[in-house]
Order: sequence, then structure tokens, then C-alpha cells
Amino acid sequence: MTESLLFRGASIEGGAPADILVEDGRIAEVGSGLSRAGARVVDAQGLIALPGLVDLHTHLREPGYEASETVLTGSRAAATGGYTAVFAMPNTSPVADTAGVVEQELALGEAAGLVTVQPIGAVTVGQKGERLAEIGAMAASRAGVRVFSDDGFCVWDPLIMRRALEYVKAFDGVIAQHAQDPRLTEGAQMNEGTVSAELGLAGWPAMAEESIIARDVLLAEHVGSRLHVCHLSTAGSVDLIRWAKKRGVAVTAEVTPHHLLLTEDLVRGYDARFKVNPPLRRDEDVQAVREGLADGTIDIVATDHAPHPAEAKSCEWQAAANGMVGLESALRVVHTAMVQTGMLGWADVARVMSHTPAQIGRLAGHGRPIAVGEPAELTFYDAAAGGVFARDDLRGRSVNSPYLGRELPGSVRWTVHAGRITVADGALNEEVPA
Amino acid sequence: MSTRTVLHDADIQRALRRIAHEILESNKGPDGLVILGIPTRGVPLAQRLAALVTKVGGAEVPVGSLDVTMYRDDLHRHPTRTPQPTQIPPGGIDGKTVVLVDDVLFSGRSIRAALDALQDIGRPAAVRLAILVDRGHRELPIRPDFVGKNLPSARDERVNVHLADIDGTDEVTIES
Amino acid sequence: MRHLLDTKTLSRDDALQILDVAEDMADTQRREVKKLPTLRGKTVVNLFFEDSTRTRISFEAAAKRLSADVINFSAKGSSVSKGESLQDTAQTLQAMAADAVVIRHGASGAPRTLATSGWISAGVVNAGDGTHEHPTQALLDAFTMRKRRYGADSRGRDLEGFRVTIVGDILHSRVARSNVWLLHTLGAEITLVAPPTLIPQDVTAWPARVGYDLDEAIADAPDALMMLRIQLERMNASYFPTEREYSRCWGLDPERFAALPQSTMVMHPGPMNRGLEICAEAADSPRSTVLDQVTNGVSVRMAALYLLLAGERPTPVDDENTAKKEDAR
Repeated sequence: MTESLLFRGASIEGGAPADILVEDGRIAEVGSGLSRAGARVVDAQGLIALPGLVDLHTHLREPGYEASETVLTGSRAAATGGYTAVFAMPNTSPVADTAGVVEQELALGEAAGLVTVQPIGAVTVGQKGERLAEIGAMAASRAGVRVFSDDGFCVWDPLIMRRALEYVKAFDGVIAQHAQDPRLTEGAQMNEGTVSAELGLAGWPAMAEESIIARDVLLAEHVGSRLHVCHLSTAGSVDLIRWAKKRGVAVTAEVTPHHLLLTEDLVRGYDARFKVNPPLRRDEDVQAVREGLADGTIDIVATDHAPHPAEAKSCEWQAAANGMVGLESALRVVHTAMVQTGMLGWADVARVMSHTPAQIGRLAGHGRPIAVGEPAELTFYDAAAGGVFARDDLRGRSVNSPYLGRELPGSVRWTVHAGRITVADGALNEEVPA
Repeated sequence: MSTRTVLHDADIQRALRRIAHEILESNKGPDGLVILGIPTRGVPLAQRLAALVTKVGGAEVPVGSLDVTMYRDDLHRHPTRTPQPTQIPPGGIDGKTVVLVDDVLFSGRSIRAALDALQDIGRPAAVRLAILVDRGHRELPIRPDFVGKNLPSARDERVNVHLADIDGTDEVTIES
Repeated sequence: MRHLLDTKTLSRDDALQILDVAEDMADTQRREVKKLPTLRGKTVVNLFFEDSTRTRISFEAAAKRLSADVINFSAKGSSVSKGESLQDTAQTLQAMAADAVVIRHGASGAPRTLATSGWISAGVVNAGDGTHEHPTQALLDAFTMRKRRYGADSRGRDLEGFRVTIVGDILHSRVARSNVWLLHTLGAEITLVAPPTLIPQDVTAWPARVGYDLDEAIADAPDALMMLRIQLERMNASYFPTEREYSRCWGLDPERFAALPQSTMVMHPGPMNRGLEICAEAADSPRSTVLDQVTNGVSVRMAALYLLLAGERPTPVDDENTAKKEDAR
């Protein structure tokens, strides 16, 4: 039996304050003036209660790249950022393209015990884009995979993409596409435009993302399948998704916190912390994805948490790896980019960072309303806190964050997963409960 | 902080006229003389001196400038200095009597640098030194051949030379 | 001047200072004794990750003429080609107490990464980074233009009203970029001519006119025509169909050379592909400044090394403060 938890006075999704009683992994009561003998009482006045965050796009690097991150260290980073579930991308070594590997990842997540780790399966064998992976086996495995992606690589062959979209319908699955035409982006280092012309860095044109999205929404429409677009980054992509949804295409899209906040001007110092794929874009693109997230064209925020060791980032730009860690900072970045600008309320944040990601990923038990009977997956956030984001705020194995040294609002104070506290008053809690 | 004038414009003219005569006397005439001013204020002084020597001596005396920045031994102790032009007259300095001209003689290090610079340009028969103001405190065994005024000074006093060509008036002041 | 990394951030005053000091350096190069004692005891390391005999020799001559000690490090066959990182290479140089590092690297931005990393306290001179910048090349080009126009009266002058046309692979050219920024700073007017595939996609913010027609540009009678080398080693063939077609459309052939006004300088950073982007008549004519550019390169690099090393140097603490400020963005 885990201890009961009584959170007093939190504002539920930004609404009126209430007490929340957690017992046996469920929300037992929601009301005011609650009490329970023997419960651990937490003063949550001034905190905002959100359903536990769900990240549809995380790189946990295990098996194969444990120098950057492991399922355990990634789980720590996730819990610290207020997450109770993460979907682990399959670009591991070996690639997660079989039932065996996805079950291994699931087991590692269960052993770490801090968040639900839901494996994503590869679309093609080895993510090579040539033959379909055993999607059915992965769906039927203990890992119950529903999201399939070759992320890191684009499923470029239109015929393979068509087959994948068709095939995955049998398993209530969704293909999550990394939209990047490889021929138009060979050797690309940053967004193609004024800045790349000046800096002498090979460009990654926006239309290399848009042209794949345009093709894929038409394919999805034609075969009647769901499609999910990873890390949308351009204004043109937002327009395409809007158009597709109007036509009734079952497409969903995600945006990363960094694409909501950072622009390509940061590349000017050649600091490889800002090197990411898809690259940081123009100010107009940042405005467009913000509006897209606000009006529902973009369905969710997903971190694309991509840890890398120091030597892969502290070198010349061309030699550096693509990616930024993002689990610990995500909520704070969404706070500054979307809530402080009045574009989203906290209920919207709950929708885009918990409810809808769980729904797209078909993950039961997460993204549920904060109501009696629902599983106790909760995040308590202090919106009035804040400070300079520093190394101390990172809990994963890697420190390649673009926000180091930057003032960010807010602070995750408590995270509850399966009715147990994983973050207590801002500090990770890894004790196995009695 | 007080400033007093030690040389007025008339004093400076007289000093230069006397030095011109002394140069001609010691050289036994104008032959073989080349007058080189050390930038910044040594240059207009050199030009005035050359004009006087030419007038009194009755023959054109070549004049030019010698920048010593590249030869200084204290470069790394100061912010980077921009060099000034070095203009050696067409006849060169080989076998000539070079008269170096500077406004103030202090530690003597500029003159040592000037001697090194001359060495890389050619081989003069002799090198003489003409100074408007000698304020003492030598750090090297350098002495002037021709002096406008000896001005004993404290180390922390500032000797300012103003010349009409650069500063609008002719005067030498000392600040304590 | 702590580092010389690019001409984009080089102020007009700093640029003119380099050019004017280069005049003095050029004067000493005409004497019998070409050497100056100014940088005696300083160590300059030539850190060349890309092959380049010409630029390396030019920097070596410049350093030696100022009495500095020169160490040449070329990446081929060294620990770098075996996978040693820029960081480890840099820290080796620091341990050897290098005062200045002249770096040529295939990755755009590598000199800036080196200069701001905190790995070394030496001054960094960019001798060409990827397709980004080659500041000393632009400076020697500007010096050459100024000298040809004003002769002995060059000191203190800029290139106000001077009209320069640059022809060739602008997309991949660090020489073009450095020239565009520096010439603009010095008041010149710039025109770029190339096939559309070799012009960066968005140059609307560049202070230059862009065109595809070389004959039209020549009819405009520029004061200087700078031909860039077509870098066959850098590109795949789809930027233009054949060398022959490139030469026909954008090469300075004998007909175009004849149509050029007598007063126009013909420039080329070298090495030249004779018969491809530039014909022999043009390259060998008195209007060609190619050899002057080489001579002036030594003077300009002497000036750069002098300004970097001779005065009192800012401490590495200043760099840390710069890095912290950039972190906080």
C-alpha cells in the first residue's frame, strides 16, 4: 500500500483551488476542506495542478547510446519536467524494429519506475526505408506499440509510406513522420535563408519539410489512415496542416518547445547547442507555429528530447550532432512562449501536453481529467517562481540545453506517477515506497 | 595641478636657429647631412631645422622622417600603437651624417629604437641627435649632440611640446 | 584587436588601420633588410586543416619578417586525420604557449568556435573557414585596389565610389563574402555575377547588386573585375551542365577582356584555372593585379599579426565574460 497523498489548495488547470486526495494510485476525492488520517499533506496553494505531462517524442538512447542517456536517466529528466509518460523513439542500437527490443525498453522503463515509458516502433527495418518492420508483432507485444516512426530519417519512398499508412490501420496505429526530403537537405546545417547565406552554412529549406507533409496528407487521405507529423517547424507546414484538416484528413501535428521560442539568429555565434533537426527557423515561423498551436492546427507539444555527449557539441558546427535536451525545460518554455503571451490558458496546456498526446498515442491511464476515479498522474507547477535555467536544473545524463543561462519562468514542484511522488518540492524522489 | 610655460614661441625659434648653426659648425658645412624627424613632433621640428640649415648653409639639406614604433622595446606594455610613415629622402643614408630630431629626450629608449631602425635602412657615416628639450632621467647611455633647452624635471611631471604645425601654437609647458 | 575572424564585424576604423599599417609594412619589404624585430619572441602557429600552400606561405613569411617564430601544423597525416578533435588540437597549442593561431578549416565557424571556446588564450586569425569568410584575402584585395588607384597617396583613404564586380561561385566562396562586407564598409559599390545556382538563395539583405549576365556587367565599366576560381572539388555537377558552358557564359575570355575598359583592374585570388574562368591574356596583362595581390598579402598579414600581437593583449578573462554574455541570450 502506498501512502495517501493530500494536495491542498492547488488551482486545477488554472481554475478554482481545490484539494486532491490520492489513494491507491487513483484520485479518490476532489473538493475543499478534505482530510484523511495518515495521508501525507502537501501545501499546494499557489500551484497549478495539471494532468501528468505526456511526451510523444523522446529519445532515451538505450539500448546502444548509453553515453548520452539511459532509460533511467531519461526518466529522471522526464519526471523533473513534470512528465509521467514518455514515448521512446526507436533510433536506438539495435533499432527498435522488433518485439524483442520494444519489450526490452518497456522493461527498462518499468525498472526505473519514474514514468511510463511507452516504446515507439520503427516503420521500416533498421529505419532504412526499404522494407516494413514487423509492425504487427510490435503492436501485439507486451509493449503494445501504437506509434511507429523512423524519426531521425524521413520515410521518403512514397510507396513505402503508402504501404505503412495502409498497414498500420489494422493495429489502430499511427505513422509519425519526420518530414525532411533527404535530397534537398544533403549536408544541411541550418535553415536556408538570409542567415545561412551570410554564415556560409549549407541550407535546409523550409519546403523540404513542407513538400513531404503535402505528399503525406494526400496519401493519408487517399488510404483513409491516421498520420502524425513530428516537430513541425515552418509557417508553410502550419498552412498545409490547416488545409488538410479542413479537408477532413486524420492528421495530427506536434511542435517542440524550442521551435516555439528560438530563432535562427542564435546560430550566428556558431554555438552548436543551437544545432537541431529540423533547424531553428525565422521569427515568422515561430509566430506561425505559436498561432497554429493556439488555434488547434498543431495538436500537441512534444519535446524531441535529444541528449548528446559533450564532445558532440563542443566542437565546430559542422562536426556537431543535431539535438537539444528538453524534458526538464518544456513546461517552462511553453509557459513563456504561450501562456505569458496569452495564447494558451492552463487548461489548453493540459490539453496539448497531456490529454491529446495520450490520445494520439493510444496510451491508457494518462492524459485523463483530474477527477475522481482517474489514475493519479499529476503535475504541480509554480507559475510564480522562475530563474535562470542552469546545469542544476538538468537531471538527465547530457547537458546540451539551449536554455542554459536564460531566464525562464515557473518551476515544477511535485510530480505524481501511479499515485506515488516522483518529484517532491522540486527534488527527484527515487525511493521505492513501502 | 599647475602648468607653467618654459619656452615661448620666440624661445623655440631662437633655439632652432642656434641648433642650425651648431649643426653646420660641427659638420663643417652642409655636405652629407640628412635630417630625419622622429614622429610625431620630431617631424615638423626636423622640417623647420632643415629649412634653417639650408638657408644658413647655402645648400639644400634633405629631410625626412623615421618611425621607430616597430623597434620599441615596450610595445607589449601599452595598447597597440599605430606606426607613422617612414620617409627616407631619395639619396638614402649610406655614408651620410644623419641628424635625428625629436622634441623631448627622456629615457632614451626611442633613440635606441631609432638607431636600430637606421641600421636596417642603411649604414650612415655618423649619427647625431638634436633635441628641443632634454628633461633628464636617462635609462640608457644616450646623450644629445644639440639641445634646445635643458629642463630638469621630476619623473611624475609632464612636459608638453606644442608646435604650430600640429597644435596651433608654439610653446613648451611643464605640468606638475 | 583580439582576433581577426571576419570582415562582417570589422569596423571602418579597424579596417583602415590594418590597411594603413600594411602600407608601412610594404615599405619595409622594399628595403634591403626586410625584417623587423617587432614580434621577436612571439610564436605564431599555422593551423591548416585544409591544404593551402599559398596562404600558409604568405602567413609564414609575414610572421618571420616580424621576427616571430613560426610553427606549421598541417592536418594531413597528423593526429587530426586520425580523429583528434579541434579541442584537443587547440589545447596542445595552448600547452606549447602559442601567441597567435592562424587557422584554416573546412567548417564554417571553426575559427569563432576556437576563439570563444576558452581552450586557448592565443589570438586567432581566420585564414579561411569553410564557405564563410577569408578576411585577410579581402583586406589584401582592398589594399591592392586602393594602391592601384591612389598610389603613394593611399594612407587614410577608403574606396568610396569604387565599383567592383565579383564573378563566380558566390555560393561557396568565402572570398566573395569577405569582400562584400569589407568593400561595403569602405564605401565601394559591389555587383555579383554568377549562374543562378551559384548564388545563395537569399541575398536580398546583402549590400550588392546581383545579376546573371557577365557581358552586361562588363558594359557597365567597373573599376575592378574580380574573377573567382570555380572550385571543381567542392561541387557536384548539377550547379552547371559543363565546364565548357560555364566558361562560355561566365568566363573572362579574350573577347570579354577586349571589351573591358583599359582602366579596369582584373583581379583573382588564385589559384587560377587558366582557360576556364580567366583567359591567359587577362591573367598576364598589366591590368591584372594577381601578382600584386600576392605581394600585398604578405604586407597585409604582417599588419594583422602586428595589430594582434604587438600591444598589450586582453586577458582570457575578457573572453569568459564574452562567453557568459552569449550564454545568457
